[in-house]
Amino acid sequence: MTTTDTPSAGEAIRALPRTSDNSLLADAGEGTRVEFRGVLKDYGPTRVLHDFTLDIAPGEFVSLLGPSGCGKTTALRVLAGLEPSSGGAVLLGGRDVSGIPTNRRDIGMVFQSYSLFPHLRVVDNVAFGLRRRRVAKRDAAERAHDALALVGLGHLSARYPHQLSGGQQQRVALARALVTEPRVLLLDEPLSALDAKVRVQLRDEIRRIQLRLGITTVFVTHDQEEALAVSDRIAVMNAGRIEQVGTPEDLYLRPASPGVAAFVGVSSVVPGVVRAGEVHVWSERLPLQAATAAEGPVEVFVRPENVRLVGAGGVPSTVQESTFLGSFRRTLVRTGDGTLLTVQHAATERVEYDDVVRIAFTEAPVVVRPRALGSAT
Amino acid sequence: MSAALATDAAASAVAAPRKPARGLEPARGTRWAIGLTVGILFAIPLVATLLYTFRDPLTGGLSAANWVRVFDPGNTQVLTPIWTGLGNSLVLAVVTVAIVLVVLLPTMILIELRYPRLGSAFEFVALLPISIPAIVLVVGLAPIYLQIGRALGTGAWTLAFAYGITVLPFAYRSIRASIGAVDLKTLAEAARSLGASWIEVIVHVLVPNLRQGLLAASLISVAVVLGEFTIASLLNRQVLQTALVVANKIDPYASAIFTLLSLLFVFLLLLAISRAARSRTGRTPS
Repeated sequence: MTTTDTPSAGEAIRALPRTSDNSLLADAGEGTRVEFRGVLKDYGPTRVLHDFTLDIAPGEFVSLLGPSGCGKTTALRVLAGLEPSSGGAVLLGGRDVSGIPTNRRDIGMVFQSYSLFPHLRVVDNVAFGLRRRRVAKRDAAERAHDALALVGLGHLSARYPHQLSGGQQQRVALARALVTEPRVLLLDEPLSALDAKVRVQLRDEIRRIQLRLGITTVFVTHDQEEALAVSDRIAVMNAGRIEQVGTPEDLYLRPASPGVAAFVGVSSVVPGVVRAGEVHVWSERLPLQAATAAEGPVEVFVRPENVRLVGAGGVPSTVQESTFLGSFRRTLVRTGDGTLLTVQHAATERVEYDDVVRIAFTEAPVVVRPRALGSAT
Repeated sequence: MSAALATDAAASAVAAPRKPARGLEPARGTRWAIGLTVGILFAIPLVATLLYTFRDPLTGGLSAANWVRVFDPGNTQVLTPIWTGLGNSLVLAVVTVAIVLVVLLPTMILIELRYPRLGSAFEFVALLPISIPAIVLVVGLAPIYLQIGRALGTGAWTLAFAYGITVLPFAYRSIRASIGAVDLKTLAEAARSLGASWIEVIVHVLVPNLRQGLLAASLISVAVVLGEFTIASLLNRQVLQTALVVANKIDPYASAIFTLLSLLFVFLLLLAISRAARSRTGRTPS
């Protein structure tokens, strides 16, 4: 194992001293490429990962987003080596690590549940990985203090985990995962046990540190807001498959499937008919996201910000409820045919329950799916 | 009795104290009454034995003559078998504890982490010996000990294989309760992700977090081994309890004195367990 002396952009921004035993970081420059190639995972007769393929660039922050049971945590655990795959390959820095045990993959991982070692002080928790790499005790403690300072907890190094709040424990876990300068940082829903305010703070902090260190990061979450806020790219998963990989903007503005449209962001589902490359919704005509949609009756996914209240024309509707969200309002309306639809409008446009309003659509392209029996909103 | 006490101590060693809901707690007077009744019940035979050891066989009055006589270095007829038996029992205790720590603990960790489905079957097997009388166990073990005698000799230490079975239920419950109190899987996975080998995971992470359960299991094993008579007697090994029987035939006062001392030793062991439990539960959860 060697140190890297190459002056690079990363040299200036790295706060942590380089470990002498991390050649892989040196090989990769900043961050390591992570590749899933056709990974399969079976639990008995049940296949939970189907041909899972994803290429993550060095230094990229990629989120695996999906509902519970979609296989996102399984994919992360396969990458970590905590679960063996049933087929395919996982590559770190271009090398197949499928047969390499977890402790030799040079990863850093933060878990959903608090995983600090209860019998060790905070500084010893953080130094644990360094000590396993035979770093001298004094050196390890110094570097652990540096890592704790990075997450803003340098003053708590002498405490035990049970003396910390949940947010502080996860920060320590983050410092512990980063101090060894791993090739890849794996985050398995690390924020889900925290309260809303701490969650947002730590989320932003994780992103700030990740950008500063340039470490390749895979973040598993079921919270689309979290994923949209911090990721370079997001892989939306469903039933063990990736439905779409793209930037947060791609996923939100150009969802590849109704499933993605429904999962990412808020959508209302309204009835429409595809005719001549357009979709007709009540009296309005909207452009299609995918021009390949088959003609005929469809369900149309409409974002709240693509529906507006208008003074005349449009579709008459009745207000069901209206929620003040600071700079804007979201109002749920019911159209004449019983369809429920969410409208986002200025907070100054006050509406009350049972008011009759008129709604119209903006020209944003929409995603459709063949109409099923009954439509949800 | 020591086994029953041991199980209670094990349970208290590893379970967090639960405060009864207000209003359900018995009144102070009731608590004292229950405590005194139970205390007197247990104390009567012990006090009677203690008084017996201080009874002068000639005058019937109280004197320390029996104690002085028994511990007279010249009293080899009584002391030799007792010291031999005690030495054998202590060796057996060490080997039995080693079996618990080297065989039972890794097995339980393996089941917890890798084969959780085997958990209930293993629990059944581990608790089974408590329902098998020692005399029945010996019938099954006798032919096995014939082979053990040929292969490893007839040293008293070989009894540890049988004792490893008899302490299994107590050791299992103690360690199991400790395992249930920590998220072993996440701790092990966190340690693995930080570069620890499986040996390092066990030594540096799991054992320190199961310390209370392991301590309880070890001390209970010692208590059970020191109190065991049937298996040792029927397999013709000399241990503390068989030595006490021998001593009793020569000097009944000696037997009573050593019985009291061994009870005191076990009592101190169990006190150590509950003190260890207090030091653990004194910590505030986050």
